[in-house]
Amino acid sequence: MGDINIVFLLAAVIVASTPIMLAAIGELVVERAGILNLGVEGMMITGAVCGYIAGHETSSAFVGFSGAALGGAAVAGIFGMLTLGLLTNQVATGLALTLFGVGLAAIVGQGYSTDTEVIVSKLSIPFLTDIPAIGHILFKHDLVVYCSLALVALVWAFLKYSRAGLILRAVGENHEAAHALGYNVLLIRFGAVLFGGACAGLGGAYISLVRVPQWTDGITAGAGWIALAIVVFAGWKPGRLVVGAYLFGGVTALQLNLQATGLAIPVEYLSMSPYIATILVLVALSGSPGPGSLGKTFHASR
Amino acid sequence: MLRLEKRPQPSKVWTYAAPLLAVVITIILGGVLFWLLGKDPIAATGMIFWDPLFGNFSAFYLPELLIKAAPLILIAIGLSFGFQAGIWNIGAEGQYIIGAICAAGVALAFYPLEARWLIFPLMIVAGIAGGAAWAMIPALLRVYFKTNEILVSLMLVYVAEVLINAFSVGLMRDPDGMGFPGSRSIKQYPSASNGDLFPNLGSFGSGIHWGVITALFAVIVAYVFMTRHRFGFNVRLAGQSPRAAAFSGVNPNRLIILCMVLSGGMAGVAGMFEVAGPSGQILGSFPAFYGFTAIIVAFLGRLHPFGILLAGLLMALTYIGGDAALQPLQLPSASIQVFQGMLLFSLLSVDVLTNYRIRLAQGAVT
Repeated sequence: MGDINIVFLLAAVIVASTPIMLAAIGELVVERAGILNLGVEGMMITGAVCGYIAGHETSSAFVGFSGAALGGAAVAGIFGMLTLGLLTNQVATGLALTLFGVGLAAIVGQGYSTDTEVIVSKLSIPFLTDIPAIGHILFKHDLVVYCSLALVALVWAFLKYSRAGLILRAVGENHEAAHALGYNVLLIRFGAVLFGGACAGLGGAYISLVRVPQWTDGITAGAGWIALAIVVFAGWKPGRLVVGAYLFGGVTALQLNLQATGLAIPVEYLSMSPYIATILVLVALSGSPGPGSLGKTFHASR
Repeated sequence: MLRLEKRPQPSKVWTYAAPLLAVVITIILGGVLFWLLGKDPIAATGMIFWDPLFGNFSAFYLPELLIKAAPLILIAIGLSFGFQAGIWNIGAEGQYIIGAICAAGVALAFYPLEARWLIFPLMIVAGIAGGAAWAMIPALLRVYFKTNEILVSLMLVYVAEVLINAFSVGLMRDPDGMGFPGSRSIKQYPSASNGDLFPNLGSFGSGIHWGVITALFAVIVAYVFMTRHRFGFNVRLAGQSPRAAAFSGVNPNRLIILCMVLSGGMAGVAGMFEVAGPSGQILGSFPAFYGFTAIIVAFLGRLHPFGILLAGLLMALTYIGGDAALQPLQLPSASIQVFQGMLLFSLLSVDVLTNYRIRLAQGAVT
């Protein structure tokens, strides 16, 4: 254990947590609107490949992340049209979206190689970055890390204080009542689904542009499913979502560091630890029922 | 403006027509996809759906069809009960892997003893027990802690994949294998082998192994249970109206455990037949996505045993045709998942016609 540099480890935790936090905050909004989209993994990997290609074609990080958000939202749009327009089962449609996204990303990204580099610039804040240890852990990341935290704060404020947030929550808690009050349940939900897709796409692009940073098949490796678990863990509350994402990022970063130090524990058993940790966290913190209309199909009857 | 009107009863015609229409839509969408990728759509579609059945090498492909369809049908039959009751075991892939590991463990423990009457049945029991035990984890967590079974069963797939990788280079590695990963060949160990039962039937064998026979048997047993037994009735009742099921004395927790154990056991035994036969050994590349494809098979077959039989054969065809077509077309192997995803998308979409009528919306309601 002595070989692990705690400063680098904590900085790595933040990098490892960011993609999951982005995907999870999007899914949180989707679920608060009463839709269960199990296709996060598919949207993330679509975003990862779109962001990678868009970023490398233009060698601009901004275009890369924008492309990722669009790609994620586009495949989420398929999910939205099917579940909302054609009233399909949300669980099965979400699974189909994951299969579709993983396969599509493999086709689109096949043999994609390039020499151009995408530089996601690290922030450098005078004084703050220079603080020993803390400066390196907290104030030496790229803009996306801070934007993702700001996004969580925005979602929190939106759901808690804005009228639109109240309506979105009403739709998720009881779609019949919201419909009776005259709100357009389908439109609100479709918007939430697109937002969730865009966020998942951003999370995927963070993996392929910053964390890894390259394109390989199956690059997301279950991160989308873990994001879904974190939403449950967070009890559908943005504040707890940050804690969950950092906790998970901590396990991932720690096991990678332990692998590097060549501890007596075989590598294989360490690499299953994030998944086991997710199960344990789900067990410890489940019980909250979630939004009232979550996963139920809405059909406006006359 | 079109609007949907709920049918009082699901349409009989569309129940049967919808899967066929979905297949047609998927073939058309697939053709468009090939065209977008700059490949000849008709040739590519023909390569996937026509050549394996009627092409020059069909004698080679037809046994393969049975070999691929057997695990899909076995797993999908197990899943169909839980899906009808609203219990979502998404982790059949993990239960399939663990079943294979347990069965291989039994075979390797007895090696090189010659006692087929003992070892082969014991492997079947071990496969069922392993898969069922792996499925018990999400089942018990759901019953006692209200944990979401979708996420837990899925996380356990990743754990199972890590385990089989670890075992193939560690615990189960072939001691005579010169350090290469992978266990001893279970297929070539006569007491444990699940080989072709009629190897002289065609020029490339018949493809019929014990798993194929078990799959057919499972279809018939599942049909009897689903339509003629109280268990099947309770499952459907719990899915359609949990409250009514509770009033009629169905214990929801017991139903969760039964459905999960059933699907886990079926996936486990499918893994056993696979590791002892077509796949032949414990290796990191053993997982072949059957556990996930079986979910599509279950839906495509309308969660009905005979439907699953046909759907399993069709999906096996896309596997074989896909494999045969992908190499000459220079497409990555994961692109078959795009097809499977589109098939599930179109199936679910077409299903709207089963439960709803499309009506032209009239003006104001009077």
